[in-house]
Amino acid sequence: MTFNKTVLALVISTALLSACSDTDNKDLGLTDGSQNGLNGLNDASTSGLNDGSGINGSEMDGSGKYGSGKYGSGMNGMSGGGASNLGPEFSDPSSPLSKRTVYFMLDSSQVQQDFVPVIAAHAQYLLANPSQQMILEGHGDERGSREYNIALGEQRAKSVANMMKIQGVSESQLELVSYGEEKPAAYGSDEAAWEQNRRVELVYK
Amino acid sequence: MYIYVSSSHAELTIEITEGIESALPVAVVPFASAGAPVDISAVVNADLERSGYFKMMAEQSMSSRPSSAQEVNFQEWQSLGQNYLVVGRVNNGGGQYNVQFQLLDVFKGGQLLGYKMASSAGDLRRTAHHISDLIFEKLTGKKGVFSGRIAYITTSRQGGQSNHKLQVADADGFNPQTIASSIEPLMSPSWSPDGKKMAYVSFERKSAAIYIQTLATGQRERVAEFPGINGAPAWSPDGSRLALTLSKDGNPDIFVLNLASRSLLKLTKNYAIDTEPAWSPDGGSIVFTSDRGGKPQLYLVSSQGGQEKRLTFSGDYNARGSFSPDGKNLVMVHGNGGDYRIAVMDMASRSINVLTGGRSDESPSFAPNGSMILYASKNGSTGFLSAVSIDGKMQQKLVFNSGEVREPAWSP
Repeated sequence: MTFNKTVLALVISTALLSACSDTDNKDLGLTDGSQNGLNGLNDASTSGLNDGSGINGSEMDGSGKYGSGKYGSGMNGMSGGGASNLGPEFSDPSSPLSKRTVYFMLDSSQVQQDFVPVIAAHAQYLLANPSQQMILEGHGDERGSREYNIALGEQRAKSVANMMKIQGVSESQLELVSYGEEKPAAYGSDEAAWEQNRRVELVYK
Repeated sequence: MYIYVSSSHAELTIEITEGIESALPVAVVPFASAGAPVDISAVVNADLERSGYFKMMAEQSMSSRPSSAQEVNFQEWQSLGQNYLVVGRVNNGGGQYNVQFQLLDVFKGGQLLGYKMASSAGDLRRTAHHISDLIFEKLTGKKGVFSGRIAYITTSRQGGQSNHKLQVADADGFNPQTIASSIEPLMSPSWSPDGKKMAYVSFERKSAAIYIQTLATGQRERVAEFPGINGAPAWSPDGSRLALTLSKDGNPDIFVLNLASRSLLKLTKNYAIDTEPAWSPDGGSIVFTSDRGGKPQLYLVSSQGGQEKRLTFSGDYNARGSFSPDGKNLVMVHGNGGDYRIAVMDMASRSINVLTGGRSDESPSFAPNGSMILYASKNGSTGFLSAVSIDGKMQQKLVFNSGEVREPAWSP
């Protein structure tokens, strides 16, 4: 079997974009209702682009809690550390408290034996400091579908939370969030990157 | 007035990596044009070529440049091996452009199509895509999808910070518009059936929430922000309901949110992961991913709730199912031996056909005419979009020159 192999390159430039964008909503007599939507896109995006906040497309819902200020500390969670008021044992490599990432096997939310002492140490710390709160951030590697990986990340965070609760940590001290494969710790498409991404990060609030 | 952010400078390259054997020879003669800002015939030529159905004649091989049927010497085009000919002209009618074109059958020496259209300067590109749709439908019997749009998510990283954008572009990648952007992840764009709204997941408040945004106005509403997962929104075909995944009761289950009453119907109650709902075209049932059998597989449940039925049994990973517009096929991410590819299941025979050969293919979405499937793929750490025909014979690759692009969704 032979195939036609054709290569065709389309280059988008601002010049072309400006040329083909226009607010003129004149009906061609050959388009359907989608035309409104298309012109509308221009409007939505334009207003959004002028908006300095983190999210384009204004008019949030009633809570009024939006604002660019929310995003200031955006990447703190990625460090797996966070709070700066933690004691020196958190940076002492010989202390299990210095480890704040739990890694998992492929498509598994079972905690591996190596990480049991790490989770136990953090559970003890939370028990001793009942006002301290922790976010358990579940993550996955890039393989498979994205929403399924969100579910898998949540199961991983839950596994860690359950071990802590068994040791007496109050549910109110723990907050769970799953980012699935959306916030990789390592970029790359090999096992070395994947194994770093299948993880739960223990983030002190 | 328009202000473009830097992402509008993005380059998109579309390559046809595999075309069909029986591609029809077609010549689109450059239209006679009085300084129109868009080269209509070039857009039509590119659309038809990109479809993979046609073998387009190179401009330099043409020995004449007719702009109407009367000027055509059909024998000349026969001897050049062409089956079909497109001729036309664009006149500047003071404030608007008058576009006319004819599709001619070279062997019969007659006209198959002929249209005159008026277009503002800003609509010329859209007019060109409509011409492509008309020609495509006349020659293949299938609806063209050149006037459609695609939504997708891009991520660019700078100095340790990620910037995520939900964008909508024309089907040929032109005219990208940013719908939402955040330094926290954006996910799972889903078009409303009328193409006017988009549902998506945003982590902008440091946890997942589902928003519905009206594209025309930019207005949006948060429709789900329960504890845990708020994910995988999918519009019902009649636009009245949103299927979604919530883990508020302890584990991820499929729910149906009535958009008028805001009532929630819990469809699945399994202790396992249930997620990624997608509606059948008649709205009667919902396909979803569940690992209740140990590995992710696809299941079917009535959209009113009831008995759940397992659909997939081959391969160790079948996820993110979605029906073809006629309901006869189900496309999915099919994992086997560590590779994740796009596969289609014939709903009548339940046989599965693997269409792609990537290692990490995901997020398949049918074109509204059911002929092509758009999906996300990866080459190393570069994410790009691809399209494959439902029989696997045609492939296209859409590469953005900066950052990662994923989760494509074809407009209705």
